[in-house]
Amino acid sequence: MASRNILAALSSAAILVTALAGCAPADEASPSPSASSGASCAPGGLDTRQAGKLTIGTDNPAYEPWFSDNKPDNGKGFESAVAYQVADRLGYPAQNVVWTQVTFNNAIAPGPKAFDFDINQFSITPERRKAVDFSSPYYLVRQTVIGIKGSKIAGAKSIAELASAKLGAQVGTTSYQAITELIKPSTQPQVFNNNDDAKAALENKQIDGIVVDLPTAFYMTAAELDNGVIVGQLPQVGVPETFGLVLDLGSPLTRCVSEAVDKLREDGTLTALEKQWLAATGGAPELS
Amino acid sequence: MAGRHWRGSRAVVTTPFHQPSEIQRGRIAYRRRQTIRSVLLAALSTGIVGVLLAVAVTGAPGWERVKQSFFSPEVAWRYLPEILDGLWLNVRLLVVCAGLALALGLLIATLRTLRGPVFFPVRALATGYTYTFRGLPLIIVIYLMAFGIPGLRLQGTPGVLVLGGAALVITYGAYLAEVFRAGIESVHPSQLAAARSLGLTYRQTMRHVVLPQAIRRVAPPLLNDTVALQKDVGLVSLAGPIDAVRAAQIGVAQDANYTPYIVAGVLFVLLALPLIGVTDWVTLRAARRQSAGS
Amino acid sequence: MLLSCENVRKTFGTTVVLDDLSLRVDEHQVVALIGASGSGKSTLLRCVNLLTDIDDGTIRLDGEDITDPRVDPDEVRQRIGMVFQSYNLFPHMTVLRNITLAPERVHRRPAAEIREQAMEWLGRVGLADKADSYPDRLSGGQQQRVAIVRSLVNSPRLLLLDEVTSALDPELVGEVLTMIRGLKDEGMTMVLATHEMGFARQVADQVVFLDGGRVLEAGPPERVLGDPTEPRTRQFLARIIEAGRL
Repeated sequence: MASRNILAALSSAAILVTALAGCAPADEASPSPSASSGASCAPGGLDTRQAGKLTIGTDNPAYEPWFSDNKPDNGKGFESAVAYQVADRLGYPAQNVVWTQVTFNNAIAPGPKAFDFDINQFSITPERRKAVDFSSPYYLVRQTVIGIKGSKIAGAKSIAELASAKLGAQVGTTSYQAITELIKPSTQPQVFNNNDDAKAALENKQIDGIVVDLPTAFYMTAAELDNGVIVGQLPQVGVPETFGLVLDLGSPLTRCVSEAVDKLREDGTLTALEKQWLAATGGAPELS
Repeated sequence: MAGRHWRGSRAVVTTPFHQPSEIQRGRIAYRRRQTIRSVLLAALSTGIVGVLLAVAVTGAPGWERVKQSFFSPEVAWRYLPEILDGLWLNVRLLVVCAGLALALGLLIATLRTLRGPVFFPVRALATGYTYTFRGLPLIIVIYLMAFGIPGLRLQGTPGVLVLGGAALVITYGAYLAEVFRAGIESVHPSQLAAARSLGLTYRQTMRHVVLPQAIRRVAPPLLNDTVALQKDVGLVSLAGPIDAVRAAQIGVAQDANYTPYIVAGVLFVLLALPLIGVTDWVTLRAARRQSAGS
Repeated sequence: MLLSCENVRKTFGTTVVLDDLSLRVDEHQVVALIGASGSGKSTLLRCVNLLTDIDDGTIRLDGEDITDPRVDPDEVRQRIGMVFQSYNLFPHMTVLRNITLAPERVHRRPAAEIREQAMEWLGRVGLADKADSYPDRLSGGQQQRVAIVRSLVNSPRLLLLDEVTSALDPELVGEVLTMIRGLKDEGMTMVLATHEMGFARQVADQVVFLDGGRVLEAGPPERVLGDPTEPRTRQFLARIIEAGRL
């Protein structure tokens, strides 16, 4: 009786091992990150997810002044314009561009991507490079503190004056890191799923201020907040913070997309677009 | 044969020391051999399966990447302090919210059992409350209370933690009220009859006879709901405060590595273990007392 | 006259359980209610104890109309003790606490005094060593005797016993019946619903046979149990004898 049980156990174990070995995930033959095998960037002929179409990702809601009316495909707003310019240089006119929704944190998380590139105010950081590819930068970022007129930080001129403030930021952003690494307030910062929640908390006076990038700061204080006021830009510490397009780690498109962005910078398109969409972002005070 | 008693007869002849017969000794020896054999077999098969699984998993091609992405010790160590800080918030909220939710649930359940026409509005309100808040998703309640109420700019609006905690208390109170009510109604009516026959008033009956039994009966589902509450308290992080999951999320975003989620998950399970242990112990104890003489 | 039920009527839905029932119990009397299941014995006891409202008729205790809606039922129940078929001890309290709860809470007597009285009673019925045990540790007969003690500490005027031995194993019935006999000797007024015809014959001053919600026959035990006038009484008793309960 016992020997029959042992036999049964051993044979089922053998079957189990075979099954496991068969299901073992074949490792994705990941091409080494930098070699795009020397292929030229054939206009309209890149190795995109959908042949002949370029899939671009961004979040919903798509905030101003980066986009307009929460419709990335209308070409209005700085990032929407940049995206269409990049697509054009790659050989994909507007009708061959497809937009897809991707949440901010999902885009920079490790794992395969549902887009060819994503544009959504992603700051380039070394940690994120471990999970995704970045294109060349297309915008220089300044983190900015905004508040409500008459609040205790409204008139702050230096970081030291923010030490006792209750600040907020969106989770997973360099804005949040700016709070913890630069400002280092004595009260724990509040973290929100998105900037809408942060804005609500600010309006409800549950926090004294929030940190966002400069253009968002301008837009929020001008159009969205009652009595919103820009307290000041945070000093640039170390390597200047820049935005880049996000691509899948080791994507074959990275080189071509970077070249396209470089071309936009060289021929002044980026500057022109900045002037067109981010014109109001001048003259914000600097915090010392 | 020394020591013999007759089955079915009142007279039992006992001897001070009973020697098992040879047959019985044979049976004992056989059973002992069988037990040893089954234990060894169990150990052997467990060992084989364990080794096979370990080899299969660690030998699989994707294992290195999984290990790095989910089980990286450096990342775990780096974010452990912040996650523990967040967990402390979870624990404090749990203690306060669980206590208040239990009290609220007991109150509502008792109100629903009040008899007499004058109490009709009270019963109706209590019933309406349990229906509403068992249906409303907790996330909506938290958003309404932590964002919506302060938006009204009323005098003396409390902070986000208080509002978020209140949302948890109100929502869980509805579930607990139903559990308590089931407990109250499960107390056999004969207990009430006995208590009333002794001259105890309705309120005295509830307090001394019904509620103590009701609470003991539903202690297992109550504790179960408390374990669930322990996980849901983290939702106050929607309104800004950093709890363990949020701290893990920040770590995950910063390092593009999922280990912080694993760390937070393990901590939550460890936190729940004592509560689960208490639940099981209470269940056993309650089952003993349950059916005494009813 | 201690208890008087006059033309009591009780229906549950369309079923008439008590139909124009009249009964008199004098002080120190023991009345045994006998009858088939569903004849209304338990319902009658519950109506006397005001656990159930009657649909018509009057019940008087010591001359006072206790079925008057203005009467406080809790107060009336302090004067009447009731013991149930399933003992109904409170399982979450010790035996002693079961007994002392009501006198403490209802009559507000000092704790030490009640404790002493309770221990004395328990001693009298041989259960003093069980005072700190929980009901689940006692046998059925012991629980029922505790239930009787519990109903007595309020010094009730009247004791109602609803088939108190029906749930017990036969060898445990005796100890309960002995206790009831002792109570009778002390002059307790009792109404007991029972199937124990032999016991009824020994202990009852009056035997009342209920049939279809009415008193069909009432009188001294020798007559009702030995030589009943009504044919249905004979029928009922014949069945009981067959079942070996007489």
